[in-house]
Amino acid sequence: MDLTFTEEEEAFRALLRTWLADVLPKLPPKPAATDWPGRRAYDAAWQRRLHDAGYAGLHWPVDAGGRGATPTQHLIFLEETEKAGAPYVGANFVGLLHAGPTIAAEGTAAQRARWLPPILRGDEIWCQGFSEPDAGSDLAALRTRAVRDGDDYVVTGSKIWTSHAEVADWCELLVRTDPEAPRHRGISWLAMPMDAPGVTVRPLRTLAGSTEFAEVFLDEVRVPVDHRIGAEHDGWRVTVVTLSFERGTAFVGEVVACRRVLAELARTARANGRWDDAVLRRRLGRLNVEFAALWRLTQWNVSEAQRTGGVPGTGGSVFKLRYSHARQELYDAAAEVLGGQALDAAHPWVADRLSALSYTIAAGTSQIQRNIVAERILGLPKGR
Amino acid sequence: MDFQLTADQRALRDGTRELLTGRFGRDRLRAAVDDPALDRALWRELADAGFFALRLPEADGGVGLGLPEAAVVFEEAGRALLPGPLVAGHLLAGAVDGVATGERIVALCDGSAEPVLCEHPADCDLLIFLGGRAPEHVGRARQSVPGEVARAPYASVDPLTPLARVTDWPHGTPCDGLDVPRLRREAALLTAAQQLGSAARTVEMAVGHARQRTQFGAPIGSFQAVKHLCAGMLVRAELARAAVYAAAVTGDALDVTGAKLLADEAAVDNARDCLQVHGGMGFTWEADVHLHLKRAWLRAVQWGGAQEATERWAAALVV
Repeated sequence: MDLTFTEEEEAFRALLRTWLADVLPKLPPKPAATDWPGRRAYDAAWQRRLHDAGYAGLHWPVDAGGRGATPTQHLIFLEETEKAGAPYVGANFVGLLHAGPTIAAEGTAAQRARWLPPILRGDEIWCQGFSEPDAGSDLAALRTRAVRDGDDYVVTGSKIWTSHAEVADWCELLVRTDPEAPRHRGISWLAMPMDAPGVTVRPLRTLAGSTEFAEVFLDEVRVPVDHRIGAEHDGWRVTVVTLSFERGTAFVGEVVACRRVLAELARTARANGRWDDAVLRRRLGRLNVEFAALWRLTQWNVSEAQRTGGVPGTGGSVFKLRYSHARQELYDAAAEVLGGQALDAAHPWVADRLSALSYTIAAGTSQIQRNIVAERILGLPKGR
Repeated sequence: MDFQLTADQRALRDGTRELLTGRFGRDRLRAAVDDPALDRALWRELADAGFFALRLPEADGGVGLGLPEAAVVFEEAGRALLPGPLVAGHLLAGAVDGVATGERIVALCDGSAEPVLCEHPADCDLLIFLGGRAPEHVGRARQSVPGEVARAPYASVDPLTPLARVTDWPHGTPCDGLDVPRLRREAALLTAAQQLGSAARTVEMAVGHARQRTQFGAPIGSFQAVKHLCAGMLVRAELARAAVYAAAVTGDALDVTGAKLLADEAAVDNARDCLQVHGGMGFTWEADVHLHLKRAWLRAVQWGGAQEATERWAAALVV
């Protein structure tokens, strides 16, 4: 067990820090949360800077245009960019973390050449069309139909919880191509252009008041057959490949950010006198233990991925279960530190308290994560 | 960075598990419940296996390993519910003659605890007190032979760990060669490692029972209400594992208190959930679940509890 970094890793960190110190002061001000075109432009410009500096697709394989960095280098990258206050991956999330890696792993040479470079450059934004109104936790129940018509699929149905749909160029879309097959075997993965006729985006307002995601209605949308990634009806397997690419690093930056917020809570509590309340003080101390351990668990998971050649271990679900809960606890504690101000929706901690409520639901609810841990790690029998 | 067990550490873990399975299996465990007097032959075998001399230099007859390896070994001890003042034996092997070889059994008592408790009072040849309430005891270590120490009976909740309440140790002699803060820190870490082993073991026990026990025509482990209890147990154990191993690598005092807190929670809460999964059988003397829970309660108050840890981690936020 070794928590020290190699000379090579430290050199990587030093170079990255130098670059961040140079480039971050030159960034334009962040756009308002409601300014979606502005947010897209800002996130895309940041991705372009990463690309030009050689940091785009750091953990992607070299033959996909990435740098083939080790999981540890990727961890260092995420830690340092967050500590330096660099922009979050934002609108590039689906392209860099889901669609891109799927195309890299399962696409043909032509498909890789078409879609990967624009993702790495920040030129094209992707969104995810997986969930449907009647297919949430039970994703394989999806019903959006794709019927072959010559060289096209004709797609009809609806998708929901689609982040960045308003500004996306492409959608990684799961469709049912064989309604007769067992439900996991009749699904295909398509790259759908968002400007195709028949695509309608209706923004959904979250309980935080913002429109972070949307419903996407598909009415006889024509998607060329050569936009299908992987074999026809093999989309479920293709998707499972995608979902395993995060290697337990999806929340690295957020853990760093939570630890910073926690220190701010403590300083605020000292200033407003609530620090003298032993119950609150110990609650903050307990959260400090929790986030420090989540950081160690991240290092553990990343080291495991490194040993297995990038194949993710089972630590992702363990981490997500604990982290999503800890994040909610953090902002509940923030409300206590704020006292009367906790009802002020304009306060950033109050806004974050609201958005934290999605963490135990999005990307697999805590209940689904517990099923995964129980069945895939502990080997308990599948239920009904 | 390579925060995983090395091949040698895995071999050490497997070898320790094999040794303890062979020498302290379920029959021996249950025999110890009926008669908790320490088995001196086993104690010497543990010594021969390097349990106590693990971190002494090879030139001094030790194994020459470090704190991470000690954590791995103590995790196995916790898993097997191995009784006795193991932590004291390990920490004092280089300081007290006969301890490394298992010929003498020594106990460490936290003199600042209230009450001051002594483990296995009838089996120990020497007691070493760390700290104390009297001004001359603060931050210092003193040693006594059991006959010099005033004790009152104490009905230990843990059948595997007889306890006595120490009322006075007037004739103790100072042992100024001992690094008291370091002993406390390492005692906390190795206690946390035992808690981790217990927490991981109760996950296995719960899962084993949930797979085999049938109700409503199906293994109860196929029901989400049970499945989710088991999943939560694994999550607790794995977070504690990351914290305990990291503290063993850094040796940092703050890391140790955090690891102890998480390992205490994991051991106690997992034993509780394991008991629940076992249903009525879990409430019996015959099932082993209560032995894990009771030992976890005992360890949770040794060498720093939750209040101290949370205060220290709160203070660390504002330095």
